[in-house]
Parts: sequence; C-alpha cells; structure tokens
Amino acid sequence: MYRYDEFDAGFVRARVAEFRDQVGRRLAGSLTEDEFKPLRLMNGLYLQLHAYMLRVAIPYGTLSSRQMRMLAEIAERWDRGYGHFTTRQNIQFNWPKLRDVPDILDALASVEMHAIQTSGNCIRNTTSDPLAGVAPDEIEDPRVTCELIRQWSSLHPEFTFLGRKFKIAVSAAEEDRAAVATHDIGLYIVRNDAGEVGYRVLVGGGQGRTPMLAKELRAFLPKADLLPYLEAALRVYNLHGRRDNKFKARIKILVHELGIEEYRRQVEEEFARLDRAAIAAPEAEVARIAAYFAPAPLPARPAEDAGFERALKADPAFAAWVGQNTHPHRVPGYRAVTVSLKPVGGVPGDATAEQMRVLADLAEAHSGAELRVTHEQNIVLPSVGLGDLPKVFRGLAGVGLDAPNRGLVTDIIACPGLDYCALATARSIPVAQAISRRFGDPRRQAEIGPLAIKISGCINACGHHHVGHIGILGIDKAGVESYQITLGGHAGADASLGERTGPGFAFDEVPGVIETLVDRYLELRTSRRETFLQTYRRVGMEPFREALYEPAH
Amino acid sequence: MSLLIDRGGPIADPWVRVQRDEPLPDGPAIVDPDRLAGLDHAPLGVHLPNTADAAALASEFSRLALISIDFPAFNDGRGFSIARRLRELGYTGRLRAAGPVIADQFAYLLECGFDEVEIPDALAARQPAEHWLAAIARAGHAYQRGRTGARASILDARSADHG
Repeated sequence: MYRYDEFDAGFVRARVAEFRDQVGRRLAGSLTEDEFKPLRLMNGLYLQLHAYMLRVAIPYGTLSSRQMRMLAEIAERWDRGYGHFTTRQNIQFNWPKLRDVPDILDALASVEMHAIQTSGNCIRNTTSDPLAGVAPDEIEDPRVTCELIRQWSSLHPEFTFLGRKFKIAVSAAEEDRAAVATHDIGLYIVRNDAGEVGYRVLVGGGQGRTPMLAKELRAFLPKADLLPYLEAALRVYNLHGRRDNKFKARIKILVHELGIEEYRRQVEEEFARLDRAAIAAPEAEVARIAAYFAPAPLPARPAEDAGFERALKADPAFAAWVGQNTHPHRVPGYRAVTVSLKPVGGVPGDATAEQMRVLADLAEAHSGAELRVTHEQNIVLPSVGLGDLPKVFRGLAGVGLDAPNRGLVTDIIACPGLDYCALATARSIPVAQAISRRFGDPRRQAEIGPLAIKISGCINACGHHHVGHIGILGIDKAGVESYQITLGGHAGADASLGERTGPGFAFDEVPGVIETLVDRYLELRTSRRETFLQTYRRVGMEPFREALYEPAH
Repeated sequence: MSLLIDRGGPIADPWVRVQRDEPLPDGPAIVDPDRLAGLDHAPLGVHLPNTADAAALASEFSRLALISIDFPAFNDGRGFSIARRLRELGYTGRLRAAGPVIADQFAYLLECGFDEVEIPDALAARQPAEHWLAAIARAGHAYQRGRTGARASILDARSADHG
C-alpha cells in the first residue's frame, strides 16, 4: 500500500498545526463561528446531536494493521471504546472533545492518517473497490488512480470552497463493487479498442433527496489526461453549480439542468484551454505511486489445501462462512475475506477497540498486514491463504465477528440516524437491529439469498436506501417516525434507483413489512437461483404492493 | 473603508471604486463592467461580480491595469475559478479579491492568481495583516502543479529529487 514520503508527512503535520492554530483563533474570537465551521469541517469535525463527531479518512478504504491499532487506541483513549466504519470507507468517532481533537490528529499523523476533507463542501475521500489489487476480474489496481486523485484534491486552491460536497469513486473491475454510478464523478478503468487503458468518465450521480444515476461524460479518457480533465469538470461545476439552495447544489442538479450535452461541451472547452502538461502528474510520479501498489509477492500455494478441506467437512459453521464471506483471489490458493460488522442484532459498521486489534493482528499474521473497509460497512482481509482460513475464522469468532452473512438480508447498511445525527428525522440503527434479529437464523438467511437492505434516517440518504434492493427511509410525520419502503434499487454496474411501495409504516411495523416482502419473493421466485432483485425486475412492483397493502387473507 | 493586503503585508490603495453614475476621478479608477465600452481612462480597473464570464473580458485585457473580483461571502468559491480563467486567458495585470475572504484562504487566493485582497474593516479588526502573513508562512507545500503562489508543488519537488 501507499506509504508517505517526507512531503506527505510534512503536509499532514502542517495541516494539524494549522488546525491547532485555528482552534486557538476561534477561542480568541478572531475567527467567528461561521468562519470556523467550514475550517473544522474540512478537518473532519462535525457538531452532532450530542457531541462532536470526528470522521477520519481511510483513503480508498485501505489501511495497515498499524493504522488499525491506532484507531483502536484513539477509540479507547479519546472516545467510548468503539468506532463506526462508514459507507464512504471512513471511520467516525462519535464522542471526542473539541480540546482533544488536535491531539487525536497528531496521533493519526504518526501513522500516516488524517481527517482532511472528510466533510465540508470540498472533494471528499476517493472511494474504490474493496477487492482492489486482489480481484481476478480487474484491469489494474484502481488505487494508483485513487492516490493520484487523493493528492491532487487535497487542499486544492481552486476547489476547496465548492457549492457542495464532491465525491469521486474508481473501479477497475468487471463487477462494480464501488457503486460508481452514485458518485459526483465515477471513473471506470477500461481498455479501448486499441488496447490502451484509460477511463470511462461518469458524472452527476448522487443520492440525497434527488437521487440520480451518473451519466456518461467521456467514453474514453487517456490516463495522462486524468487530472486536467477533472480540473475542467470541477471548474465548470464551481462556476455554474447552484448556490442559492443547498439541496440543489450538487453537480447532479447542474448536469440535470444544463443537460449532459451542454455540460460536456463546457467541460471539453475548458479542457481544451487548460495547460494540460502543467497540471498532469509527471510520469515519474505516476510510476512512483504505482510501485507502492505492485502486487505483493505472495508465496505460491497449492490451489487446494488439505487442512482447509478437512475443516470444511468437519465444521458446517466454517463452511457456511467460507461460502458466504470469502471471494476468489487473483493468486491460486488464496481468498479475500469479508469480515462482517453485522452480527445479528448489532449496530451496522461498529467495531470495538478489542475487535479492531484482533482484526489488525489477524491481518498481520495472515493477510500481509493490510485491511480494507467496504462501502457496505464491513472489513476485508484481502489475501488469506486457504490453509490459514480456519485460524482466521476462529480468531474472528472469538470477538463475535464471524457472522456468515455477507450480502444477505442481515448485512444491512444503516446511517447513524436519530441516535447520533443532527440532521436525522428518524432512528435507523434500531430498525436495522430489529430486522437483523427477525432474520437471525443463518439457515433462513441462506435460503433467502442475496438481499441488500439499506436504511436512511432522513432524506439525505446516507444509508443509501435509494440503491437498496429493499430501501427504508425514515421520516418525521407530524412528530411520529414513519418508514417509506422502496424496492428494486441496486448499486452495481447495472445500477437502478428504488421505487416506493406506497404509504409508510410505523417503527414497530418495519420488521413485519420486510418479512412480508421476503415471503412474497420466496413465493414468486422461479428457483433458488433467482435473487430478490432479479425477481423484482421480472415481476415488478405490483405483487409486492399487493402483499403489503391488500393482503388477501 | 477597507484594508488592502498583498503577500508583503498591508499596502496603500491608490484605486477609487467608482459607483454606478459617479464621474471618474483623475487617478486610478475601478468601474463596473457595463461602463467599460468606449471608456477612455487610465489607469483603468474593473470590478466583476462572481457570475461574470472571464472570456467575455479578454478583448479588454490590454487596457485593464486591475481586475477586482467580488467575494460576497468567503465560502462562495466561484471567484477562485474566475481568477484562474483570467490568468489562463492571458491577463497579466493586477488581480484583487474584494470581500470578506479570510486569512486561511490567502495561500489559495495567491495560487489562483490573485495579487491582493481587499477586506472590510470589521474583518480586518479581527484578522489583522499579521494573521494573513502568518497564514502564508505556515502554508507549507501543495500537491497541485501549474500554479505559482504561496506553496511550492510537492510533485515538482519530487521530480527535482529524482533528477
């Protein structure tokens, strides 16, 4: 993975010193609260419902064992012993004190981490495929591009006071595991007819109160043009994006109002005018970054492992976990492992300091000391040898991280909701917990098959409900929580937005509603191989609506 | 009243901002863009709203000694892009950011091509010139290339390291 050089380290240290100074000037009154707010947001510090929340960047979701241990230490020393992994591959601490924040940032800097641009109206953490570098279906490691963008977007002098936040995602694989089409700019690394590798550029995706899937801006962009092209795309947005209404300020609205053709015309005109050579990263710099992501020299292993085969036969729980939570690896004899942070009845994405340390240790012993955070709020150990899987499974089971539910009905995404968030209009975590308990039986989950439930506690859609196979949106209706259900959303390469079933339901009704939908699906599916999403796409809304609102018996 | 600061500290402001129908003074005058056409005056400056199209002004560059860009609020970042565009279009005169921008933005303003900031007195009372100079002194390095200003480019420094 990428390692800081003296310049990266100096950059982060300067930033921490600057924030310390800004806190001082705020306390002395030379900065007003209005002036301080965007500065603290650009350092990841939110004022939430009960306390400050610090969001720490995990660039494209990759972190080392050493970094994970520091997150555990921060959780223990300055928070309440846990952290919350987010849908943007970051981690949030929910209870830091303002006076401790500069010290926390110092601690992060000591392990090459920071909280720069994890909030505010600027370019946020670039997200990517959690299986980057190990997936058999990828063209190249997308994290080289991500790191180039991370550096280019850090304290960009022109784009640090945008109309609204700006999110970029990159995927290089056949299967889109990064929800590319729901980002302000989405990049697919592709090969053109001439065999050259470049980018297919999408623009204008986003969730929130006006969900939109991104549209194609450029079918093929040569790699060398990446930064100048992003600069042109951002400039058109910075100049012309709406600033009169916060809810219409994302680039998706600009693209929608101008039309993709006109937006493209303006970007191409700007791009033609820019001094590309002066903006692009030098080739040597791209090569320097790429060297950090060269495939790790994994010792060759036999494609089959006797100990692993024995464990599969002897332990059905292990076999179920391997079947559901591990993925093919580009190197034979290895698997990528998804560690579910969704134990039955748990808080999606939460991990205790002890769990973080166990994850760090397991990664160090069995996966090259590297971990990934997924946008589904789980953790990935990217390269585990088959023979090591039983040990990893036992280690995870010891701290309650062995749920065999990746991609199943209990692998729920939920925003923090009314339990933490100042914007929330309804609870999300307790809804997730109730559904998780209702479907707790692992055999039942396996029987139901792939099903993505996503829950947001307000219209801002941080829980990605628009792209849930079943989406749940909690709103406030005359002082009472009401939950609207959407069906048929999906975040992959064939992305779609969910459609509302009809009137909402009370908090207590939600688990029953999900059960009704699941039962209807089980009746409708043509075979066990037809997933919930496939069934919905085949039969449409009506049979599900009927089951919810007009039960015949 | 206002305070004018450039990268060396506070400076005297020789320019007079001429309101809509006022007669022009003898010395340096800043006018609104709709008054430019056919105006014979030197030194001449123009004050642009942050919705202005930089390209539309390109034919006037040779007779403009100053362009002032309005910042209605510090967190309205359109002015940064207008400044970059003006520089890329070949404007070489003085470029001013006018409005309640804050010291923490000084390095970014310089890198986008501004030479000076004109801030309201009330803001200058809270953020005197020392704060602005301190802000660029501690700004460190930048990751971006193709700009000159307060921060040196990390990418260029790395290239130099590698020969």
